[in-house]
Amino acid sequence: MVVGKSRNKRMRTSYKTITERPMDYLDKLEAQSVYILREAYREFKNLAMLWSIGKDSTVMLWLAKKAFFGHVPFPLVHIDTSYKIPAMIEYRNRLAREWKLNLIVGQNKQALKDKLTFPDGQVDRITCCKNLKSEALKHTLSGEWARYKLDNNSGEFFEHEDRTSYTGVIVGVRADEEGSRSKERYFSPRDKNNDWDIGDQPPELWNQFKTDFAPGTHIRIHPLLDWTELNIWEYLERENIPIIPIYFDNGSGTRYRSLGCYPCTKPVESSAKNVKEIIEELRSGKFANIAERSGREQDKDGGGTLEALRRDGYM
Amino acid sequence: MKERMNIVVVGHVDHGKSTLIGRLLVDTNSLPQGKLEQVKRNCEINSKPFEYAFLLDALADEQAQGITIDTARIFFNTAKREYIIIDAPGHIEFLKNMISGAARAEAAVLLIDAEEGIADNSKRHAYMLSLLGIKQVVVAVNKMDLVDYSEETFLKIRKDYIYYLDEIGIQPAAFVPVSARNGINITNDSDKMPWYSGKTIIELIDDFKKEKDEEQNNFRMFVQGVYKFTAGSDDRRIIAGTIASGTIAAGDEIIFLPSRKISKVKSIENFNKPKRSTATAGEAIGITLETQIYVTPSELICKINEKQPHTSDRFRVNIFWMGKKTLTPGKNYKLKIGTNKTNCVIETIEHILDASVLENLTGRNEIHRHEVAQCIIHTEAPVSFDLNNELASTSRFVIVDEFDISGGGFITSNANVKRRNNNAYHPFELELNNLIRKHFPHWEVKSLEEIKFENINN
Repeated sequence: MVVGKSRNKRMRTSYKTITERPMDYLDKLEAQSVYILREAYREFKNLAMLWSIGKDSTVMLWLAKKAFFGHVPFPLVHIDTSYKIPAMIEYRNRLAREWKLNLIVGQNKQALKDKLTFPDGQVDRITCCKNLKSEALKHTLSGEWARYKLDNNSGEFFEHEDRTSYTGVIVGVRADEEGSRSKERYFSPRDKNNDWDIGDQPPELWNQFKTDFAPGTHIRIHPLLDWTELNIWEYLERENIPIIPIYFDNGSGTRYRSLGCYPCTKPVESSAKNVKEIIEELRSGKFANIAERSGREQDKDGGGTLEALRRDGYM
Repeated sequence: MKERMNIVVVGHVDHGKSTLIGRLLVDTNSLPQGKLEQVKRNCEINSKPFEYAFLLDALADEQAQGITIDTARIFFNTAKREYIIIDAPGHIEFLKNMISGAARAEAAVLLIDAEEGIADNSKRHAYMLSLLGIKQVVVAVNKMDLVDYSEETFLKIRKDYIYYLDEIGIQPAAFVPVSARNGINITNDSDKMPWYSGKTIIELIDDFKKEKDEEQNNFRMFVQGVYKFTAGSDDRRIIAGTIASGTIAAGDEIIFLPSRKISKVKSIENFNKPKRSTATAGEAIGITLETQIYVTPSELICKINEKQPHTSDRFRVNIFWMGKKTLTPGKNYKLKIGTNKTNCVIETIEHILDASVLENLTGRNEIHRHEVAQCIIHTEAPVSFDLNNELASTSRFVIVDEFDISGGGFITSNANVKRRNNNAYHPFELELNNLIRKHFPHWEVKSLEEIKFENINN
């Protein structure tokens, strides 16, 4: 009895020193995202998380570990255009094996076979995005096309027998990225064609989200909506989360600020060599007022293009 | 690290919300480089005069119609804080979007067109803010340039609107005469209105106080999940949730409601955080229990030694309706409160309110879109809740009609209490009361028979 009592007392004292600090805004963002992820896990039997390997979806993956106490209890879906920066694929497979993730990869094999891509010179950038990303995503989520699962022991991919349609899809978009994303809900319905009806979105109040949906439709879940690019880096630093090194300058004077396919993603000139230096650059340095996606070519092909892609299911 | 605050800008369509926000962004240097030039260039190409509102109306739909369809989140910084401004649509059709925007906010800027004066929507929006529990409000009287910066016009609007706001319980921090288009009293003052010596919009926004989390109140946490992930031989059985109010510590005795199961907190669980034995309002945590009991996601956890919430299947609510179909008594709906979900019906509509005139509509037994009503809800299973004046967050609920959240509201009283006082006690209650009095006289429990007798005599 006495032993138990004194231990209890000691624990209470140690708490004082740890949590007297009130929650700061990163704590609050984290708590909100965790709530959203747990709500998604509670409400959707067929849940998946889109993983793009970049910093945002890596933070999202970390938040899943926060929400589920070190576990990630749903598959991670990656759409491989075959034109991703090679370091991304390498990093993806390594982390999946290290963290024992359930990694599912989808691809538009037909478009690649028919060379209906921008690098092949047959279509423009936007059509290429549509073919290799939107279409591949749509059919991988619905289960119409093959899903390839990583065997974490052998490191090999095999065709996965599970073709159940995912009804809840967690996506790491942020409201500050560009105009159409700022209009998103935390739980955002998509119809049978993956279409997004921006004019008629469901209300969201007091942590109550749209979790009921008609057959054939699905819900996109956005736990990172309120995070800014700076918040993402601050959180990566605070939590010491492993991140793909191509975000850093390795001596060439350039680094990637936003990741994508190599024919359409240019590195930016920057000598930031670690997370701390990137934060500095965003807070007060050269990128304080420059849009994050400035290195992404598909955004520049006419106004409203990204929105048109997003309506059609693009992340 | 700077603190962050969500604020919402509301007002009738065309009263200039997007212009005001566009101006705030430009004047505080919060736009990405090149954005202003890009929008100006687009205007030139389309032969439209440049407007600050175009900065926000990024979507093709909106530019075509010139109205904000959804709530955009806009990020901006002052020396004091980082803000997310929610630009809420003012068009009546989009009231549900305005409510979604406002429900995320801690404070509001209400915008009124000086030339047009107070619109029905100016009142309706203010009423919604009061229902959503937003108490910090600044009123901007915009387009002062169109009324020759007239003090008289400003004072007239102020007098009329303050009267309305007072009736619905909103005390605005200030009224500010502004011209968003000309950038007057947004971040800079001007000599156009020497009669106004108050603060600018940006100063007043910085004066808003951060809402405190409900740390001091009774402990409440809805169970969001019960996890047992066995990978890596993890044998913890964790009850996960976000603390709505109060604090919890290892060793606390807790009760799950409505099931009334009791246990003791063994540990507080987290991932990649220092181990600690207590947690407080706002945190998303997990707990393990001393005893293994079966609980379901949906129950409300409270502390045994604190004030208990109400548990009932009938309660009185204030509700606002956003559904395309009317809200009809007797029809089946789903009620969601915290993580709890249950079927429900509207038992009685007590009155319906037209928020723009604050008048009760009578003689109608259904609630239309955009109306506010007081009614009695009857749920299939008992739910646990607090009353709005006790603890707002655990009094709030939404109503789902088929697949859509169509209404929101809060509980103002437990409708079963009255019935209990007026009628006799249940025979089981009387039997239990007698047994306790017989076997545990030292508890000094009162006799229900006597209480009943007293009530009748009174």
